[in-house]
Amino acid sequence: MDLLKIQDISVRYGKNPKPTIEHFNLTMGEGEVVSVVGESGSGKTTVIRAVLGLLPGGGQVTDGDILFEGRSLLKLSKNEWRELRGSDVSMIFQDSGAMINPIRKIGSQYVEYIRTHEKISKKDAFDKGVEMLEKMRLPDGKNIMNSYPFQLSGGMRQRVGIAMAMTFSPKLLLADEPTSALDVTTQAQIVRQIMELRDQFGTSVIIVTHNIGVAAYMADQLVVMQHGKVVDSGNREKVMNHPTNDYTKNLLAAVPEMGGKRYV
Amino acid sequence: MSDEIILEAKHVTKQFPASGGRTLKACNDVNLTVYRGKTLGIVGESGCGKSTFVKMIVQMFQPTEGEILFDGKDITKLKGEELRQSRRKIQMVFQDPAAAFSPKMKIVDIVTEPLMNFGLIKRNEKEAKAKELLRMVDLPEEFIYRYPHNMSGGQRQRVGIARALALEPEIIVCDEATSALDVSVQDRIIELLVKLQKEKGISFVFICHDMALVQSFAHQVAVMYLGNIVEVLPGNEVGTNAQHPYTQAMLGAIFSTHMDFSKKIESIESEAPSPVDVPDGCPFQNRCDHCREICKKEKPKLKQIADNHQVACHLFDS
Repeated sequence: MDLLKIQDISVRYGKNPKPTIEHFNLTMGEGEVVSVVGESGSGKTTVIRAVLGLLPGGGQVTDGDILFEGRSLLKLSKNEWRELRGSDVSMIFQDSGAMINPIRKIGSQYVEYIRTHEKISKKDAFDKGVEMLEKMRLPDGKNIMNSYPFQLSGGMRQRVGIAMAMTFSPKLLLADEPTSALDVTTQAQIVRQIMELRDQFGTSVIIVTHNIGVAAYMADQLVVMQHGKVVDSGNREKVMNHPTNDYTKNLLAAVPEMGGKRYV
Repeated sequence: MSDEIILEAKHVTKQFPASGGRTLKACNDVNLTVYRGKTLGIVGESGCGKSTFVKMIVQMFQPTEGEILFDGKDITKLKGEELRQSRRKIQMVFQDPAAAFSPKMKIVDIVTEPLMNFGLIKRNEKEAKAKELLRMVDLPEEFIYRYPHNMSGGQRQRVGIARALALEPEIIVCDEATSALDVSVQDRIIELLVKLQKEKGISFVFICHDMALVQSFAHQVAVMYLGNIVEVLPGNEVGTNAQHPYTQAMLGAIFSTHMDFSKKIESIESEAPSPVDVPDGCPFQNRCDHCREICKKEKPKLKQIADNHQVACHLFDS
Protein backbone atom coordinates (compact mmCIF):
# COMPACT_ATOMS: atom_id res chain seq x y z
CA MET A 1 0.00 0.00 0.00
CA ASP A 2 1.19 3.52 -0.67
CA LEU A 3 2.21 5.40 2.42
CA LEU A 4 0.82 8.73 1.34
CA LYS A 5 -1.54 9.50 -1.43
CA ILE A 6 -2.55 13.06 -2.20
CA GLN A 7 -5.48 12.95 -4.59
CA ASP A 8 -6.20 16.02 -6.64
CA ILE A 9 -6.38 18.48 -3.76
CA SER A 10 -7.03 22.20 -3.93
CA VAL A 11 -6.41 24.55 -1.03
CA ARG A 12 -8.01 27.94 -0.48
CA TYR A 13 -7.21 30.55 2.11
CA GLY A 14 -10.12 32.51 3.54
CA LYS A 15 -12.48 33.99 0.99
CA ASN A 16 -9.85 34.14 -1.74
CA PRO A 17 -11.62 32.81 -4.85
CA LYS A 18 -8.38 31.65 -6.44
CA PRO A 19 -7.05 28.46 -4.85
CA THR A 20 -3.49 28.61 -3.51
CA ILE A 21 -2.84 25.12 -4.78
CA GLU A 22 -4.84 23.48 -7.53
CA HIS A 23 -5.18 19.81 -8.43
CA PHE A 24 -2.11 18.56 -6.62
CA ASN A 25 -1.41 14.85 -6.90
CA LEU A 26 1.31 12.83 -5.26
CA THR A 27 1.79 9.18 -4.41
CA MET A 28 4.71 8.05 -2.35
CA GLY A 29 5.82 4.72 -0.99
CA GLU A 30 7.82 3.73 2.07
CA GLY A 31 11.37 5.02 2.25
CA GLU A 32 10.86 7.34 -0.66
CA VAL A 33 12.13 10.91 -0.78
CA VAL A 34 10.07 13.51 -2.62
CA SER A 35 11.46 17.00 -3.21
CA VAL A 36 9.07 19.86 -3.89
CA VAL A 37 10.76 22.86 -5.49
CA GLY A 38 9.45 26.19 -6.61
CA GLU A 39 9.88 29.88 -6.00
CA SER A 40 8.44 31.74 -3.06
CA GLY A 41 4.67 31.92 -3.25
CA SER A 42 4.35 28.84 -5.43
CA GLY A 43 2.45 26.97 -2.72
CA LYS A 44 5.05 24.37 -1.85
CA THR A 45 4.83 24.93 1.91
CA THR A 46 1.04 24.86 1.73
CA VAL A 47 1.24 21.30 0.39
CA ILE A 48 3.07 19.89 3.38
CA ARG A 49 1.09 21.97 5.81
CA ALA A 50 -2.07 20.48 4.34
CA VAL A 51 -0.67 16.99 4.89
CA LEU A 52 -0.08 17.75 8.55
CA GLY A 53 -3.44 19.52 8.92
CA LEU A 54 -1.71 22.72 9.89
CA LEU A 55 -2.95 25.21 7.34
CA PRO A 56 -2.75 28.65 8.92
CA GLY A 57 -5.44 31.31 9.02
CA GLY A 58 -8.54 29.85 7.43
CA GLY A 59 -6.77 27.63 4.94
CA GLN A 60 -8.92 24.72 3.80
CA VAL A 61 -8.62 21.73 1.55
CA THR A 62 -11.64 22.29 -0.70
CA ASP A 63 -11.30 19.40 -3.14
CA GLY A 64 -9.71 15.99 -3.21
CA ASP A 65 -8.42 13.83 -0.43
CA ILE A 66 -5.21 13.04 1.44
CA LEU A 67 -4.75 9.39 2.37
CA PHE A 68 -2.13 8.30 4.87
CA GLU A 69 -1.81 4.50 4.94
CA GLY A 70 -5.20 4.37 3.29
CA ARG A 71 -6.88 6.55 5.91
CA SER A 72 -8.26 9.97 5.01
CA LEU A 73 -6.56 12.74 6.96
CA LEU A 74 -9.17 15.35 6.25
CA LYS A 75 -11.80 14.00 8.62
CA LEU A 76 -9.62 13.33 11.65
CA SER A 77 -10.73 14.59 15.04
CA LYS A 78 -8.45 16.68 17.26
CA ASN A 79 -7.50 13.65 19.32
CA GLU A 80 -6.72 11.54 16.30
CA TRP A 81 -4.49 14.29 14.96
CA ARG A 82 -2.71 14.50 18.29
CA GLU A 83 -1.87 10.83 18.10
CA LEU A 84 -0.65 11.03 14.56
CA ARG A 85 1.41 14.20 14.69
CA GLY A 86 4.82 13.86 16.29
CA SER A 87 4.73 10.08 16.24
CA ASP A 88 3.74 8.79 12.78
CA VAL A 89 4.18 12.06 10.92
CA SER A 90 6.55 14.76 12.09
CA MET A 91 7.95 17.95 10.76
CA ILE A 92 11.24 19.87 10.64
CA PHE A 93 10.99 23.62 10.23
CA GLN A 94 13.25 26.11 8.55
CA ASP A 95 14.57 27.40 11.84
CA SER A 96 14.12 24.89 14.61
CA GLY A 97 15.46 27.54 16.96
CA ALA A 98 12.27 29.53 16.48
CA MET A 99 10.12 26.54 17.32
CA ILE A 100 11.85 25.98 20.67
CA ASN A 101 10.81 28.10 23.62
CA PRO A 102 13.75 30.46 24.19
CA ILE A 103 13.39 30.69 27.97
CA ARG A 104 13.26 26.95 28.66
CA LYS A 105 16.13 24.54 28.44
CA ILE A 106 16.17 22.09 25.53
CA GLY A 107 15.89 19.17 27.95
CA SER A 108 12.73 20.37 29.65
CA GLN A 109 10.92 20.74 26.32
CA TYR A 110 12.26 17.51 24.91
CA VAL A 111 11.11 15.56 27.98
CA GLU A 112 7.67 17.18 27.77
CA TYR A 113 7.42 16.21 24.11
CA ILE A 114 8.39 12.60 24.72
CA ARG A 115 6.01 12.29 27.65
CA THR A 116 3.02 13.55 25.65
CA HIS A 117 3.42 10.63 23.30
CA GLU A 118 4.62 7.89 25.59
CA LYS A 119 4.01 6.83 29.20
CA ILE A 120 7.53 7.00 30.55
CA SER A 121 9.30 8.44 33.58
CA LYS A 122 11.01 11.82 33.36
CA LYS A 123 14.40 10.24 33.85
CA ASP A 124 13.89 7.69 31.07
CA ALA A 125 12.55 10.39 28.78
CA PHE A 126 15.65 12.47 29.48
CA ASP A 127 17.92 9.52 28.67
CA LYS A 128 15.99 8.85 25.49
CA GLY A 129 16.46 12.48 24.50
CA VAL A 130 20.20 12.29 25.13
CA GLU A 131 20.42 9.13 23.07
CA MET A 132 18.59 10.72 20.14
CA LEU A 133 20.76 13.83 20.26
CA GLU A 134 23.89 11.70 20.20
CA LYS A 135 22.51 9.74 17.26
CA MET A 136 22.30 13.07 15.44
CA ARG A 137 26.05 13.42 16.11
CA LEU A 138 25.60 16.17 18.61
CA PRO A 139 28.55 15.76 20.95
CA ASP A 140 27.69 15.52 24.65
CA GLY A 141 23.90 15.21 24.50
CA LYS A 142 23.53 15.77 28.23
CA ASN A 143 25.16 19.14 27.97
CA ILE A 144 22.80 20.09 25.15
CA MET A 145 19.76 19.02 27.12
CA ASN A 146 20.89 21.46 29.81
CA SER A 147 21.44 24.34 27.39
CA TYR A 148 19.16 27.12 26.32
CA PRO A 149 18.44 27.43 22.58
CA PHE A 150 20.52 30.63 22.24
CA GLN A 151 23.60 28.80 23.50
CA LEU A 152 23.60 26.56 20.42
CA SER A 153 24.64 27.41 16.87
CA GLY A 154 22.11 27.36 14.01
CA GLY A 155 23.33 23.98 12.79
CA MET A 156 23.13 22.48 16.28
CA ARG A 157 19.60 23.84 16.80
CA GLN A 158 18.55 22.36 13.49
CA ARG A 159 19.93 18.99 14.59
CA VAL A 160 18.00 19.25 17.85
CA GLY A 161 14.88 19.83 15.73
CA ILE A 162 15.62 16.77 13.63
CA ALA A 163 16.40 14.68 16.72
CA MET A 164 13.02 15.63 18.19
CA ALA A 165 11.20 14.92 14.93
CA MET A 166 12.88 11.49 14.68
CA THR A 167 12.30 10.41 18.30
CA PHE A 168 9.41 8.09 17.50
CA SER A 169 10.82 6.93 14.13
CA PRO A 170 7.98 8.49 12.15
CA LYS A 171 6.86 6.88 8.93
CA LEU A 172 6.74 10.24 7.22
CA LEU A 173 9.00 13.21 7.81
CA LEU A 174 8.01 16.59 6.42
CA ALA A 175 10.85 19.06 6.06
CA ASP A 176 10.10 22.70 5.26
CA GLU A 177 13.27 24.39 3.99
CA PRO A 178 15.36 22.55 6.61
CA THR A 179 18.69 23.89 5.39
CA SER A 180 17.86 27.33 4.02
CA ALA A 181 19.05 29.20 7.09
CA LEU A 182 22.33 27.29 7.30
CA ASP A 183 25.82 27.70 5.91
CA VAL A 184 26.92 25.47 3.05
CA THR A 185 29.07 23.14 5.13
CA THR A 186 26.32 22.74 7.75
CA GLN A 187 23.75 22.29 5.01
CA ALA A 188 25.74 19.38 3.61
CA GLN A 189 25.94 17.79 7.07
CA ILE A 190 22.19 18.07 7.65
CA VAL A 191 21.31 16.74 4.20
CA ARG A 192 23.58 13.78 4.78
CA GLN A 193 21.93 13.06 8.10
CA ILE A 194 18.41 13.16 6.71
CA MET A 195 19.47 10.70 4.01
CA GLU A 196 21.02 8.42 6.63
CA LEU A 197 17.73 8.43 8.54
CA ARG A 198 15.98 7.20 5.45
CA ASP A 199 18.48 4.38 5.06
CA GLN A 200 18.38 3.53 8.76
CA PHE A 201 14.68 3.74 9.61
CA GLY A 202 13.05 3.58 6.18
CA THR A 203 11.43 6.95 6.83
CA SER A 204 9.72 8.59 3.86
CA VAL A 205 10.59 12.23 3.45
CA ILE A 206 8.92 15.16 1.73
CA ILE A 207 11.37 18.01 1.50
CA VAL A 208 10.34 21.48 0.43
CA THR A 209 13.18 23.69 -0.68
CA HIS A 210 14.10 26.37 -3.16
CA ASN A 211 17.64 25.03 -3.43
CA ILE A 212 17.38 22.94 -6.55
CA GLY A 213 20.77 21.29 -6.00
CA VAL A 214 19.69 19.99 -2.59
CA ALA A 215 16.31 18.90 -3.92
CA ALA A 216 17.86 16.97 -6.79
CA TYR A 217 20.48 15.36 -4.59
CA MET A 218 17.91 13.98 -2.17
CA ALA A 219 15.00 13.17 -4.41
CA ASP A 220 13.62 9.94 -5.75
CA GLN A 221 10.74 11.99 -7.08
CA LEU A 222 10.90 15.69 -7.94
CA VAL A 223 7.91 18.00 -8.10
CA VAL A 224 8.27 21.49 -9.60
CA MET A 225 5.56 23.99 -8.68
CA GLN A 226 4.59 27.38 -10.03
CA HIS A 227 1.61 29.52 -9.02
CA GLY A 228 0.09 26.64 -7.05
CA LYS A 229 0.22 24.15 -9.87
CA VAL A 230 2.56 21.28 -10.58
CA VAL A 231 4.37 22.10 -13.78
CA ASP A 232 6.76 19.19 -13.87
CA SER A 233 7.18 16.00 -11.91
CA GLY A 234 8.79 12.63 -12.13
CA ASN A 235 12.02 10.95 -11.16
CA ARG A 236 15.20 12.95 -10.85
CA GLU A 237 16.70 11.82 -14.12
CA LYS A 238 13.59 12.89 -16.01
CA VAL A 239 13.07 16.31 -14.44
CA MET A 240 16.73 17.33 -14.30
CA ASN A 241 17.84 16.09 -17.68
CA HIS A 242 14.70 16.16 -19.77
CA PRO A 243 12.44 18.88 -18.37
CA THR A 244 9.31 19.21 -20.44
CA ASN A 245 8.17 22.55 -19.13
CA ASP A 246 9.69 25.91 -20.04
CA TYR A 247 9.45 27.12 -16.48
CA THR A 248 11.52 24.17 -15.26
CA LYS A 249 14.09 24.83 -17.94
CA ASN A 250 14.40 28.48 -16.95
CA LEU A 251 14.58 27.59 -13.30
CA LEU A 252 17.39 25.10 -13.90
CA ALA A 253 19.25 27.59 -16.08
CA ALA A 254 19.10 30.27 -13.38
CA VAL A 255 20.87 28.17 -10.75
CA PRO A 256 24.42 29.48 -10.38
CA GLU A 257 26.97 26.76 -11.08
CA MET A 258 30.67 26.40 -10.48
CA GLY A 259 32.35 26.91 -13.81
CA GLY A 260 28.96 27.60 -15.39
CA LYS A 261 27.67 30.83 -16.87
CA ARG A 262 29.90 33.84 -16.25
CA TYR A 263 28.32 37.25 -16.25
CA VAL A 264 31.53 39.20 -16.85
CA MET B 1 45.07 42.94 -12.39
CA SER B 2 47.07 46.06 -12.99
CA ASP B 3 44.07 48.33 -12.82
CA GLU B 4 43.64 51.40 -10.73
CA ILE B 5 43.11 50.85 -7.02
CA ILE B 6 40.10 52.66 -5.65
CA LEU B 7 39.92 51.38 -2.09
CA GLU B 8 42.49 49.67 0.02
CA ALA B 9 42.04 48.15 3.47
CA LYS B 10 45.32 47.88 5.34
CA HIS B 11 45.68 45.75 8.46
CA VAL B 12 42.08 46.39 9.45
CA THR B 13 41.11 44.88 12.78
CA LYS B 14 37.80 45.26 14.56
CA GLN B 15 37.22 44.11 18.10
CA PHE B 16 34.00 44.07 20.03
CA PRO B 17 33.77 43.68 23.79
CA ALA B 18 32.26 40.31 24.71
CA SER B 19 30.91 38.97 27.98
CA GLY B 20 33.36 38.10 30.75
CA GLY B 21 35.85 40.81 29.80
CA ARG B 22 36.83 38.96 26.64
CA THR B 23 37.07 40.51 23.23
CA LEU B 24 35.63 39.26 19.99
CA LYS B 25 37.88 39.82 17.01
CA ALA B 26 35.40 40.11 14.16
CA CYS B 27 38.07 41.12 11.67
CA ASN B 28 41.69 40.28 12.19
CA ASP B 29 44.34 42.07 10.14
CA VAL B 30 42.29 42.20 6.95
CA ASN B 31 44.08 43.45 3.82
CA LEU B 32 41.95 43.78 0.72
CA THR B 33 41.99 45.89 -2.39
CA VAL B 34 39.08 47.06 -4.53
CA TYR B 35 39.87 48.00 -8.13
CA ARG B 36 37.99 50.59 -10.14
CA GLY B 37 35.18 49.08 -12.16
CA LYS B 38 35.74 45.58 -10.76
CA THR B 39 33.89 43.37 -8.32
CA LEU B 40 35.33 42.04 -5.11
CA GLY B 41 33.33 39.11 -3.77
CA ILE B 42 33.65 38.14 -0.11
CA VAL B 43 32.48 34.67 0.88
CA GLY B 44 32.43 32.94 4.20
CA GLU B 45 30.06 31.34 6.66
CA SER B 46 27.90 33.27 9.08
CA GLY B 47 29.91 34.91 11.82
CA CYS B 48 33.13 35.09 9.81
CA GLY B 49 33.19 38.89 9.91
CA LYS B 50 32.33 39.70 6.32
CA SER B 51 29.48 42.06 7.23
CA THR B 52 31.60 43.74 9.89
CA PHE B 53 34.25 44.40 7.27
CA VAL B 54 31.91 46.08 4.79
CA LYS B 55 30.29 48.08 7.56
CA MET B 56 33.70 49.58 8.15
CA ILE B 57 33.95 50.43 4.47
CA VAL B 58 30.66 52.33 4.60
CA GLN B 59 31.74 53.78 7.94
CA MET B 60 29.02 52.37 10.06
CA PHE B 61 31.80 51.01 12.26
CA GLN B 62 35.20 52.43 13.11
CA PRO B 63 38.04 49.93 12.85
CA THR B 64 39.96 49.25 16.07
CA GLU B 65 43.22 49.27 14.14
CA GLY B 66 44.34 49.79 10.61
CA GLU B 67 43.29 52.16 7.88
CA ILE B 68 40.97 52.18 4.89
CA LEU B 69 42.27 54.26 2.01
CA PHE B 70 39.74 55.58 -0.49
CA ASP B 71 41.42 57.37 -3.40
CA GLY B 72 44.55 57.38 -1.27
CA LYS B 73 42.88 59.10 1.69
CA ASP B 74 42.21 57.40 5.02
CA ILE B 75 38.44 57.59 5.49
CA THR B 76 38.37 56.16 8.99
CA LYS B 77 39.67 59.35 10.57
CA LEU B 78 37.17 61.68 8.93
CA LYS B 79 34.75 63.70 11.02
CA GLY B 80 31.77 66.00 10.59
CA GLU B 81 31.04 67.47 7.18
CA GLU B 82 34.02 65.76 5.55
CA LEU B 83 32.70 62.38 6.71
CA ARG B 84 29.23 63.20 5.43
CA GLN B 85 30.55 64.19 2.02
CA SER B 86 32.66 61.03 1.77
CA ARG B 87 29.56 58.88 2.15
CA ARG B 88 28.41 60.05 -1.26
CA LYS B 89 31.09 57.98 -2.89
CA ILE B 90 30.30 54.68 -1.18
CA GLN B 91 26.73 53.43 -1.10
CA MET B 92 25.14 50.24 0.13
CA VAL B 93 22.42 47.77 -0.91
CA PHE B 94 20.99 45.69 1.90
CA GLN B 95 19.98 42.06 2.18
CA ASP B 96 16.30 42.36 2.94
CA PRO B 97 14.64 44.76 0.53
CA ALA B 98 11.47 44.68 2.62
CA ALA B 99 13.21 46.08 5.68
CA ALA B 100 15.47 48.57 3.92
CA PHE B 101 12.80 51.19 3.20
CA SER B 102 10.38 53.18 5.26
CA PRO B 103 6.99 51.58 4.56
CA LYS B 104 5.34 55.00 4.62
CA MET B 105 7.44 56.54 1.86
CA LYS B 106 6.63 56.33 -1.82
CA ILE B 107 9.27 55.11 -4.26
CA VAL B 108 9.76 58.63 -5.61
CA ASP B 109 10.75 59.84 -2.15
CA ILE B 110 12.85 56.78 -1.40
CA VAL B 111 15.10 56.95 -4.43
CA THR B 112 15.58 60.72 -4.35
CA GLU B 113 16.11 61.05 -0.59
CA PRO B 114 19.91 60.81 -0.89
CA LEU B 115 19.89 63.57 -3.51
CA MET B 116 17.71 65.81 -1.35
CA ASN B 117 19.97 65.18 1.63
CA PHE B 118 22.93 66.52 -0.28
CA GLY B 119 20.88 69.34 -1.81
CA LEU B 120 21.66 68.19 -5.33
CA ILE B 121 18.17 68.55 -6.76
CA LYS B 122 15.19 70.78 -6.06
CA ARG B 123 11.85 69.48 -4.93
CA ASN B 124 10.24 69.99 -8.35
CA GLU B 125 12.94 67.91 -10.03
CA LYS B 126 12.26 64.86 -7.89
CA GLU B 127 9.83 63.09 -10.20
CA ALA B 128 11.94 63.40 -13.30
CA LYS B 129 15.02 62.18 -11.44
CA ALA B 130 13.14 59.27 -9.86
CA LYS B 131 11.89 58.18 -13.29
CA GLU B 132 15.40 58.34 -14.65
CA LEU B 133 16.70 56.18 -11.79
CA LEU B 134 13.95 53.60 -12.25
CA ARG B 135 14.75 53.39 -15.95
CA MET B 136 18.35 52.58 -15.05
CA VAL B 137 17.25 49.55 -13.07
CA ASP B 138 14.70 48.44 -15.69
CA LEU B 139 11.57 49.28 -13.69
CA PRO B 140 8.52 50.98 -15.23
CA GLU B 141 8.33 54.73 -14.57
CA GLU B 142 4.82 54.52 -13.08
CA PHE B 143 6.31 52.74 -10.10
CA ILE B 144 7.39 56.04 -8.58
CA TYR B 145 3.96 56.47 -7.00
CA ARG B 146 3.93 53.03 -5.44
CA TYR B 147 4.75 52.03 -1.90
CA PRO B 148 7.36 49.34 -1.23
CA HIS B 149 4.73 46.83 -0.08
CA ASN B 150 3.06 46.97 -3.49
CA MET B 151 6.09 45.46 -5.16
CA SER B 152 7.64 42.02 -5.36
CA GLY B 153 10.94 41.18 -3.71
CA GLY B 154 12.91 41.46 -6.93
CA GLN B 155 11.33 44.83 -7.78
CA ARG B 156 12.10 46.13 -4.30
CA GLN B 157 15.71 45.07 -4.62
CA ARG B 158 15.89 47.04 -7.87
CA VAL B 159 14.60 50.08 -5.97
CA GLY B 160 17.37 49.47 -3.43
CA ILE B 161 19.90 49.50 -6.24
CA ALA B 162 18.31 52.64 -7.73
CA ARG B 163 18.65 54.42 -4.40
CA ALA B 164 22.29 53.37 -4.15
CA LEU B 165 22.88 54.67 -7.68
CA ALA B 166 21.26 58.06 -7.03
CA LEU B 167 24.43 59.74 -5.80
CA GLU B 168 26.55 58.27 -8.59
CA PRO B 169 28.86 56.51 -6.16
CA GLU B 170 32.17 54.95 -7.09
CA ILE B 171 31.69 51.90 -4.91
CA ILE B 172 28.47 50.03 -4.13
CA VAL B 173 28.56 47.57 -1.27
CA CYS B 174 26.02 44.73 -1.50
CA ASP B 175 25.48 42.80 1.71
CA GLU B 176 23.86 39.52 0.63
CA ALA B 177 21.82 41.58 -1.83
CA THR B 178 20.34 38.55 -3.58
CA SER B 179 20.13 36.00 -0.77
CA ALA B 180 16.47 36.68 -0.05
CA LEU B 181 15.46 36.30 -3.70
CA ASP B 182 14.48 33.37 -5.88
CA VAL B 183 17.11 32.05 -8.29
CA SER B 184 15.49 33.39 -11.44
CA VAL B 185 15.13 36.85 -9.86
CA GLN B 186 18.67 36.63 -8.58
CA ASP B 187 19.85 35.88 -12.09
CA ARG B 188 18.27 39.07 -13.42
CA ILE B 189 19.56 41.24 -10.56
CA ILE B 190 23.13 40.05 -11.17
CA GLU B 191 22.74 40.79 -14.87
CA LEU B 192 21.59 44.28 -13.95
CA LEU B 193 24.55 44.85 -11.64
CA VAL B 194 27.00 43.69 -14.30
CA LYS B 195 25.35 45.95 -16.88
CA LEU B 196 25.56 48.97 -14.57
CA GLN B 197 29.17 48.18 -13.85
CA LYS B 198 30.04 48.14 -17.53
CA GLU B 199 28.14 51.37 -18.22
CA LYS B 200 29.27 53.41 -15.26
CA GLY B 201 32.50 51.81 -14.13
CA ILE B 202 31.21 51.24 -10.60
CA SER B 203 33.16 48.96 -8.28
CA PHE B 204 31.18 46.44 -6.29
CA VAL B 205 31.96 44.80 -2.99
CA PHE B 206 29.62 41.84 -2.91
CA ILE B 207 29.11 39.73 0.18
CA CYS B 208 27.56 36.35 -0.34
CA HIS B 209 27.66 32.87 1.08
CA ASP B 210 26.94 31.24 -2.27
CA MET B 211 30.32 30.41 -3.80
CA ALA B 212 28.84 29.40 -7.12
CA LEU B 213 27.10 32.76 -7.48
CA VAL B 214 30.07 34.89 -6.45
CA GLN B 215 32.52 33.22 -8.77
CA SER B 216 30.16 33.77 -11.69
CA PHE B 217 30.60 37.55 -11.71
CA ALA B 218 33.34 38.64 -9.28
CA HIS B 219 36.75 39.60 -10.61
CA GLN B 220 38.39 38.62 -7.36
CA VAL B 221 37.02 36.52 -4.53
CA ALA B 222 38.16 36.73 -0.91
CA VAL B 223 37.38 33.81 1.40
CA MET B 224 36.99 34.67 5.08
CA TYR B 225 37.08 32.38 8.06
CA LEU B 226 36.66 33.55 11.66
CA GLY B 227 37.71 37.09 10.91
CA ASN B 228 40.70 36.16 8.79
CA ILE B 229 41.14 36.30 5.06
CA VAL B 230 42.35 32.80 4.16
CA GLU B 231 42.44 33.03 0.39
CA VAL B 232 42.13 35.67 -2.33
CA LEU B 233 41.90 34.50 -5.91
CA PRO B 234 40.46 35.55 -9.27
CA GLY B 235 36.79 34.71 -9.68
CA ASN B 236 37.24 32.56 -12.75
CA GLU B 237 39.74 30.32 -10.94
CA VAL B 238 37.58 29.50 -7.92
CA GLY B 239 36.29 26.27 -9.40
CA THR B 240 39.61 25.01 -10.67
CA ASN B 241 42.40 26.49 -8.64
CA ALA B 242 41.28 27.02 -5.04
CA GLN B 243 44.12 26.00 -2.74
CA HIS B 244 43.16 26.61 0.88
CA PRO B 245 41.66 23.55 2.63
CA TYR B 246 38.73 25.66 3.83
CA THR B 247 37.92 26.93 0.35
CA GLN B 248 38.06 23.38 -0.92
CA ALA B 249 35.77 22.19 1.87
CA MET B 250 33.25 24.89 0.97
CA LEU B 251 33.42 23.90 -2.68
CA GLY B 252 32.93 20.25 -1.80
CA ALA B 253 29.75 21.08 0.11
CA ILE B 254 28.02 22.80 -2.81
CA PHE B 255 24.94 21.09 -4.20
CA SER B 256 24.77 21.48 -7.92
CA THR B 257 22.28 20.45 -10.52
CA HIS B 258 25.06 18.74 -12.48
CA MET B 259 26.65 16.86 -9.61
CA ASP B 260 27.10 13.11 -9.43
CA PHE B 261 24.03 12.23 -7.36
CA SER B 262 25.25 8.77 -6.48
CA LYS B 263 28.24 10.16 -4.61
CA LYS B 264 27.85 11.14 -0.98
CA ILE B 265 28.07 14.85 -0.37
CA GLU B 266 31.26 15.86 1.38
CA SER B 267 31.45 18.19 4.30
CA ILE B 268 33.52 18.95 7.34
CA GLU B 269 31.81 17.35 10.28
CA SER B 270 32.90 19.65 13.08
CA GLU B 271 31.67 23.09 13.98
CA ALA B 272 33.68 26.28 13.78
CA PRO B 273 35.05 27.39 17.14
CA SER B 274 33.38 30.31 18.87
CA PRO B 275 34.77 33.63 17.63
CA VAL B 276 35.51 34.74 21.20
CA ASP B 277 37.61 31.63 21.63
CA VAL B 278 39.72 31.38 18.51
CA PRO B 279 42.66 29.02 19.10
CA ASP B 280 46.28 30.12 18.72
CA GLY B 281 47.81 29.29 15.41
CA CYS B 282 45.73 28.65 12.33
CA PRO B 283 42.01 29.43 12.90
CA PHE B 284 41.02 26.44 10.75
CA GLN B 285 43.20 23.88 12.57
CA ASN B 286 40.48 21.83 14.29
CA ARG B 287 38.57 21.18 11.04
CA CYS B 288 41.51 20.70 8.71
CA ASP B 289 42.69 17.32 7.39
CA HIS B 290 46.19 18.65 6.82
CA CYS B 291 46.69 20.00 10.35
CA ARG B 292 50.30 19.68 11.54
CA GLU B 293 52.29 20.77 14.61
CA ILE B 294 53.11 24.17 13.19
CA CYS B 295 49.43 24.93 12.53
CA LYS B 296 48.71 24.81 16.26
CA LYS B 297 51.54 27.17 17.14
CA GLU B 298 51.90 29.71 14.43
CA LYS B 299 49.26 31.55 12.52
CA PRO B 300 49.85 31.37 8.76
CA LYS B 301 50.25 34.68 6.94
CA LEU B 302 48.63 35.55 3.65
CA LYS B 303 51.23 34.77 0.98
CA GLN B 304 51.33 35.36 -2.72
CA ILE B 305 51.45 31.97 -4.49
CA ALA B 306 50.66 33.15 -8.02
CA ASP B 307 49.56 36.31 -9.77
CA ASN B 308 46.51 37.69 -7.96
CA HIS B 309 46.34 34.59 -5.80
CA GLN B 310 47.08 34.69 -2.09
CA VAL B 311 46.68 31.92 0.47
CA ALA B 312 47.16 31.82 4.24
CA CYS B 313 48.16 28.22 4.95
CA HIS B 314 51.30 26.48 6.18
CA LEU B 315 51.01 23.96 3.35
CA PHE B 316 52.42 26.65 1.10
CA ASP B 317 55.45 27.51 3.25
CA SER B 318 58.44 27.07 1.08
